[in-house]
Amino acid sequence: MIDRRFIKHFDWGLFGLTFLIVFLGLLTLYSAVTSSTAGPQEILYFKQLAWYCIGLAAMIFSLFFNYKLLDRWAPVIYVMCMLLLLYVLLFGKYVAGARRWIMLGPVSIQPSELAKIAVIIILARYYSKHANIGGLNLRELFIPFVLAIIPFILIVKQPDLGTGMIVLLIAGSMTIFVKIERRSLLCIITSCTIVVPLVWFFLKGYQKQRILTFLNPELDPLGAGYHVIQSKIAIGSGMISGKGFLKGTQNALAFLPEQHTDFIFSVLAEEWGFVGAFLLLCLFLIFIIWGLNIAYRCREPFGTIIAVGVTAMIFWQVSINIAMTMGLMPIVGVTLPFISYGGSSVITTMICVGLLLNISMRRFLAE
Amino acid sequence: MTKYLKTADQDWYKQRLVRIAFCVAGTFCLIFIRLFYLQVINGEELRRLSENNCIRLQSTDPSRGMIFDRNGILLVDNRPAFDLHIVLKDAKPVEQTVKKLSKYINVPESELMSKIKNDKTVSSYKPILLKKDIGRDALAAIEVRKFDLPGVSVDVKPRRHYIERQTASHLIGYLSEINAGELNSGEYPGYTVGDYIGKYGVEKIFESFLQGKRGGRQVEVNVMGQVVRILKTVDPQPGRNLYLTIDMHVQKKAEALLKGVAGAVAAMDPQTGQILALASSPSFDQNVFVDGMSHEQWDAMVSNPLRPLENKVIQGEYPPASTFKIITAIAGLEEGVIDKNTIIHCPGYYRYGNRTYRCWKHGGHGDVSVVKALAESCDVFFYQVGQKLGIDRLSMYAIASGLGSPTGIDLDHEASGLIPTKEWKKRRTGVAWQGGETLSAAIGQGFDLATPLQMLVFTSAVANGGKIYKPLILKSVYSSEGSVILESKKQLAGKLPVSKQTLQIIKEGLWDVVNNKKGTAWIAHIEGIDISGKTGTAQVVGRSKDRGLSEEALSHRLKSHAWFVAYAPSADPKIAVSVMVEHGSHGSSAAAPIAREVIKTYFGQDENSKPDELKVAGN
Repeated sequence: MIDRRFIKHFDWGLFGLTFLIVFLGLLTLYSAVTSSTAGPQEILYFKQLAWYCIGLAAMIFSLFFNYKLLDRWAPVIYVMCMLLLLYVLLFGKYVAGARRWIMLGPVSIQPSELAKIAVIIILARYYSKHANIGGLNLRELFIPFVLAIIPFILIVKQPDLGTGMIVLLIAGSMTIFVKIERRSLLCIITSCTIVVPLVWFFLKGYQKQRILTFLNPELDPLGAGYHVIQSKIAIGSGMISGKGFLKGTQNALAFLPEQHTDFIFSVLAEEWGFVGAFLLLCLFLIFIIWGLNIAYRCREPFGTIIAVGVTAMIFWQVSINIAMTMGLMPIVGVTLPFISYGGSSVITTMICVGLLLNISMRRFLAE
Repeated sequence: MTKYLKTADQDWYKQRLVRIAFCVAGTFCLIFIRLFYLQVINGEELRRLSENNCIRLQSTDPSRGMIFDRNGILLVDNRPAFDLHIVLKDAKPVEQTVKKLSKYINVPESELMSKIKNDKTVSSYKPILLKKDIGRDALAAIEVRKFDLPGVSVDVKPRRHYIERQTASHLIGYLSEINAGELNSGEYPGYTVGDYIGKYGVEKIFESFLQGKRGGRQVEVNVMGQVVRILKTVDPQPGRNLYLTIDMHVQKKAEALLKGVAGAVAAMDPQTGQILALASSPSFDQNVFVDGMSHEQWDAMVSNPLRPLENKVIQGEYPPASTFKIITAIAGLEEGVIDKNTIIHCPGYYRYGNRTYRCWKHGGHGDVSVVKALAESCDVFFYQVGQKLGIDRLSMYAIASGLGSPTGIDLDHEASGLIPTKEWKKRRTGVAWQGGETLSAAIGQGFDLATPLQMLVFTSAVANGGKIYKPLILKSVYSSEGSVILESKKQLAGKLPVSKQTLQIIKEGLWDVVNNKKGTAWIAHIEGIDISGKTGTAQVVGRSKDRGLSEEALSHRLKSHAWFVAYAPSADPKIAVSVMVEHGSHGSSAAAPIAREVIKTYFGQDENSKPDELKVAGN
């Protein structure tokens, strides 16, 4: 039935690392949802626990079959995800000005999260067949461009700029990993430098204003600018050793916006200080290097490229989310993997871990 | 061969992976440095800021655009209202502070405490609204004892103020607090709980012009909650000012004339479609919607049998009665059923089938031409024209003249009236059209229904030579700095199905209505202004729900509705008027004098109006 070698080669290290990060995440979430009397409800903590149970099941499921089957199933998975995105755009639940969720009884799922995996798999399928040492030229890049731009547009339309950008960043990282031909790269860069100022020229005044505000939150002192200030105060006030578990005042007094999702890192940094934040960042760094190592040790391109895609996803979300809370980047709705509250995000991340484990333990099967 | 050499192998991938690992490490280095900077180097300063929690947001409401009449008379503005707030964190001990406060402003302590308990604000640093619009006396009482009331603050907010109570209320409409349904509908992005939005009339339709944009301040406060420093300010942007097409003098005159009765008066410039007056009686005070009203006030308004909340100009549907004869005459002349010289004898009745249809004049009108038939409103003449035309041809003309469908005025809830056809009746009732019903339709009774506004637009079209204009209520929009945002232009909605010659004949008849001693509206005749018009007396059918009414009420209930449509001066019309008085008995006695007075006021002949002053305002 199950090859004994799989158990022998099971990547306990990555599994343990995941477990540790999840543990830190749950601790922080507990603080984020309980410390403040009027903010998010305590029930969210238990919901998140339940989501991790489902996530664990999803992880186990995604390591049981040989990941190479995904090569064949990639188009189906991709098309189904795109249909879900289309569905949510037309019939999704309207919450706070956006259509992002599909309601399934008591739970709501966010197809844009699953779309990230679909893009990783379909691009891995394409690149594993077309990659060459010289790099891909413009004609070969056309199909992956279309494959990535469709979900991007559908997600940005919801509107969810953060997730849409993550999809593009994942696709871009995978493409650069398999190399773009030098001339084509030059071509792309030149056309971008021409098009961007042109587009800017044609934008209306209020659209320019919106982009400037996005790039520089200080221009919106009553909205994003205020959030950045409060988040920086929260992180900085943690100092070296932090204020202590459940003792973060910025968190407790609800000065932080979205303290259980987008700004959860601020809660952790406030309560655990530089020591805690540094530890979490190190764990993330180890996780990413570990993922790249799995790609390194895999013996065939499809697995390598999937591992790179999955790792790129974790990398971009971690760095963008944390840079955003520290005032280094524009405020975009990007969650911190393993830590932020959110069912679809938990399941997606756990599936990604499952894929890494899958690739890792089947590396001996490659021909 | 070359292809094989170029295929990416695992060693090639490994090389690239190493480079990627360096990129990742570099990014994390940046993040570590930033983290170190914030928490270790800047930590002390940021810790201090967090302990005082001193950076707060204060929002500033924009002032809503003002509304003027066509001559620049101010109809709606904003007055300062004083809202009482408390910040719990600063107000310690809260109970004691609230107790004192309740004594100073004479509001029961329990009421204030319940406001605090019910508030769902996330933090104790955000101000809670204790009482809206406390008035200047209470404000003075609080300002004097400010030292005694920590955490209590009074915010000045612009509050909507309708200057002339009960004037043009149906047109201007009112504001009210946004409700949960509207907030969740997604139609009002950027609004929050407690905001006021237009709910009715111009206030609602032109919300996007009027609203303005919220501003605010980022401030640093001290331990007492007092502002020490203003960090950033975003100024609110005031809303745009609206100039309506109505003329306030005419509007007020129309409303005064309708006092005590249920009815509607509407006037418009036939050359542009601009509405000069839009009065529906009885009216209501818009201020009570803004300031809040009691249940009794609301119930009284809703259950009033004269329906004050209904805008009768656009929502009231009445049989057009004899005013419809203009259309029957147009159809008859255009279709060649009659010509200018056709004479029909009126003995006072007309036999059709085995029924007798009476003329309103018992002795009859004798020999009648179309001009005389219009002037004296002979029923028999139009029975016969209608019968010759048939209902579908007649209705075709009525529909082409704009009846039976909304005029498209920029107001909600406009009724469409009704013009019946054979096919409509079959579909609606399942019974075939009866010949006798054509006779009723020809004199605007039976199924025919029209709103005062539809009749006004139609009358204007007759007056201006056949052009049907969309009625306009908005004249122009100005920014708060005074630059023009929008200047509305006349919009042609259609043309009357009528030739110049026919229209000339019709106008002759309408002139005789007022200016011939035998005309039905001789009463509206005045020296100096050449008025043309048409009266109408709409029979009211008894309704089953009338059964419980007293005899006096019932006799009033069964009185006819009075119509009068008119324009002046006849040769070069500057104003068209449509008057409808519910249960006014006769168009000639109840409605025509109202139209006469409205026209007089418009031309400055009214002794109460001051034309000089008007001119000054116009400049």
